[in-house]
Amino acid sequence: MSNELKVPTMAELFAAGQQPEVLFWVGCAGSFDDRAKKITKAFVKILNKAKVSFAVLGTEESCTGDPAKRAGNEFLFQMQAVTNIEVLNGYGIKKVVTACPHCFNTIKNEYPGLGGDYEVVHHTQFLKQLLDEGRITMEGGQFKGKRITFHDPCYLGRANNVYEAPRDLIKKLDAELVEMKNCKKKGLCCGAGGAQMFKEPEKGDKDVNIERTEQALETKPEIIAAGCPFCNTMMTDGVKNKEQEGTVAVMDIAELIATAEDL
Amino acid sequence: MEYLPNILFAILLVGALTFFTKNVKRLSRNIKLGKDVDVSDNKPQRWKNMAKIALGQTKMVVRPIAGIMHVIVYVGFIIINIEVLEIIIDGLLGTHRIFAPLGAVYDFLIASFEILAFLVIVAVVVFWLRRNVVRIKRFFNPEMEGWPKNDANLILYIELVLMFLFLTMNGADYQLQQLGAEHYTQAGSFPISQLLAPIFDGMSIPSLVLVERSAWWLHIVGILFFLNYLYYSKHLHILLAFPNTYFGKLRPKGQFDNLEAVTKEVKLMMDPSADPFAAPVEGAEPPAKFGASDVMDLNWVQLLNAYTCTECGRCTSECPANQTGKKLSPRKIMMDTRDRLEEVGKNIEANKGEFKMDGKELLGDYITHEELWACTTCNACVEACPVSIDPLSIIMDMRQYLVMEQSAAPSDLNNMMGNIENNGAPWPFNQMDRLNWEKES
Repeated sequence: MSNELKVPTMAELFAAGQQPEVLFWVGCAGSFDDRAKKITKAFVKILNKAKVSFAVLGTEESCTGDPAKRAGNEFLFQMQAVTNIEVLNGYGIKKVVTACPHCFNTIKNEYPGLGGDYEVVHHTQFLKQLLDEGRITMEGGQFKGKRITFHDPCYLGRANNVYEAPRDLIKKLDAELVEMKNCKKKGLCCGAGGAQMFKEPEKGDKDVNIERTEQALETKPEIIAAGCPFCNTMMTDGVKNKEQEGTVAVMDIAELIATAEDL
Repeated sequence: MEYLPNILFAILLVGALTFFTKNVKRLSRNIKLGKDVDVSDNKPQRWKNMAKIALGQTKMVVRPIAGIMHVIVYVGFIIINIEVLEIIIDGLLGTHRIFAPLGAVYDFLIASFEILAFLVIVAVVVFWLRRNVVRIKRFFNPEMEGWPKNDANLILYIELVLMFLFLTMNGADYQLQQLGAEHYTQAGSFPISQLLAPIFDGMSIPSLVLVERSAWWLHIVGILFFLNYLYYSKHLHILLAFPNTYFGKLRPKGQFDNLEAVTKEVKLMMDPSADPFAAPVEGAEPPAKFGASDVMDLNWVQLLNAYTCTECGRCTSECPANQTGKKLSPRKIMMDTRDRLEEVGKNIEANKGEFKMDGKELLGDYITHEELWACTTCNACVEACPVSIDPLSIIMDMRQYLVMEQSAAPSDLNNMMGNIENNGAPWPFNQMDRLNWEKES
C-alpha cells in the first residue's frame, strides 16, 4: 500500500458545490466482500493516479436490487431502484462507473424505465477510455508475456455485448491473452448469476464454477482475469478446489493494471 | 370420366387446405390466450432480424455441420415450392408441365430442383445418422423420449420419401419423353433422375405412365399430408420461425422487464400523501397477478416461442446448469409450455369455447421448482437459440410467481432478500459500514 486513497463522497462534494466527472458505484460486493474490496481499492488507486474527479455515495449507496430481481422479487427490486434513483437524481448524477457487471446492467438497462437515466460504463470500459484519452499510460511490467485468460461475466458480455474493452486492456499489458473453449458470446457462467451466489446450487454432477475453472485451467494460464467480483469469488473457489492456488491467480482487470503500474 | 382426376385433385386440395386453416385458427386462438405485449416498436430492426436470422439462417451456421445441412434442406424446401405450384396447376387443369414454355429457364429450374432434391437426401441421411447412429448427446435428454424422438425421425422419413418420389416422377417422365409418349411435353433437364434410367429400361409406355402418375400423386398427397402434419410437430418452426424472429427481444439481453403492476404499487407506497387504508375505487381493476403459474399468465410472444421451438436442444447444451447435471433444461421449459398450452386449448374446445379449471398448472405439474431455481440467468440459452426464443423470460416470470405470490423462495434467498430490505445489501452488514474499505489496509 503506497499512498493513502482519496475517496470523496457525493455528500462532501455537494456541500462544497462541486460536481464530479463520474460517480463510482461501488456495489455491495465491492463494499463488504473482503476479496472484492481489493478490487475497489485497486480501481480507486488508478482513478487517483489519473486524477479523475469522481465520488462515491458511501453510506448513501444501497443494493441496486439486482439479486432480488433475478430471484423473482420484483417488488423489492423496484423499492431499491426507486430509492437509489432518488439519491442519484438528487445529486444530479450524469455518469456512473462500476466494477460490478450486475450493478452495471441494472442501472444501465433497468433504471431508465423507473426514472433513472445515466450514462453507465463498466470499469473496464472506463479504463479503456482513460487509456485512449491518454489519461493513463500502461506498460506490461510484471505481466509481460504471461498467459492470461479472461472469463467473460455474463452480465457484461452476453447481456450487454461488452467483450473487447477488458481484452484490449489485457493486451496492453503485453500479456499473452489465451481464450477458453467457451468465450465471448459463448462464455460459460461462473455459477453466481441470477442470485445463485446467495444460495446452495441445485443437485447436479458438479458445481458450475468447477466446470468453468476446468475450462480456464485447460488454457494453462498463469492468471485468470475477471471483470466481476462474483465471478472472481467463484473462480477463486474453483482454483482452490483444484488445488492450483499456488500457481494460478485470479485477478480483476483493475488489479492487473494497478499492480502493473505499481500503485 | 375424363375429368375425374381433376375433380379428385380439387377435392383433395380443398380438403387439405381446409384442415390446415382449421389448425392455423386453433394455433392463433391458443397464442392469443397469452397476455398482450407491445412489440410494435422499431420495425426496421425487426424486419432486419427476421431477414438475417430466419431467412438468412445466420444463427444456424454457428454450428457448421448441422448449419450447412440445414441450409440445404431449407433452400430445397423453399425452391421446390415452385415445383409444387406447377403440380397444383397441372392437377387442377389436367395439363402437364404447364411452366414448360419457359424454355431454358424451365430446364434450369428443373435441373436445380433435382440437384437440391439429391442434396436434401444426403442431408437428411446425415441428420438421421447424427440422431440414430452417432447419437449426439443433446438429442437424448429425458424430455426427448417418446413423441419428440419419433417426431424428429418421422420428419426425416417423410422428407426422404418425398424427395425419392420427386426423382422417380421425373425419371419416368424423362423416359416417357424419350419414347415420345403422348401428353408428355418435351421439357426440363434431368441431371439426377436420368441416372435412374436403367431401372426403367425396357418398360412399356403404359407401365411408365403408371409409375410416373403414381409418383406424381403420392408426391403431392405426401406434401399435403406434411402440411397438415406441421401443427402436431416440432416442424411447425418452418412457418413460425419468421414471425418469431420478428417479434424477438430487441433490448440488451440483460435487461429484464420492470413489472408495471409492481411499479404502481411501489409508487403508491412511496407517495407520502397516499392513504394506505383507502378503499379501492369503485369499478377498479383487481390487482394483477404477479408473475406466471400457467400459460395464460405468459404473454403471447412467449407462447409463440413455445410453438416455434423445434427441440434442437442448442439452448440446453449451452446451459451451464444442464451441463453440470442439474434438472434444468431450457428446451424442456419450452416443450412443457407448448404441451400445457395444447392441453388448455383442448380443454377450451371440449367446453364450448371456455376454459374450465382442470386442477393443473404449468408450474408444478409440468415445470418443477427445482428446475426454476437452477437457472443462473446467464442468457446462454437465449444466445444459442437459432430462432430467437427466450426461455429465460418464462423462467423469470415463474420465479416471480413463486416469490411474490407464494413466498416459496429457497430459504437462503429469503435471507438474502431480508438483508437487502433491512440493510441495503444481500449480506447482513450495516449500511453505515459501506465506506469502511477506504480505511482498511
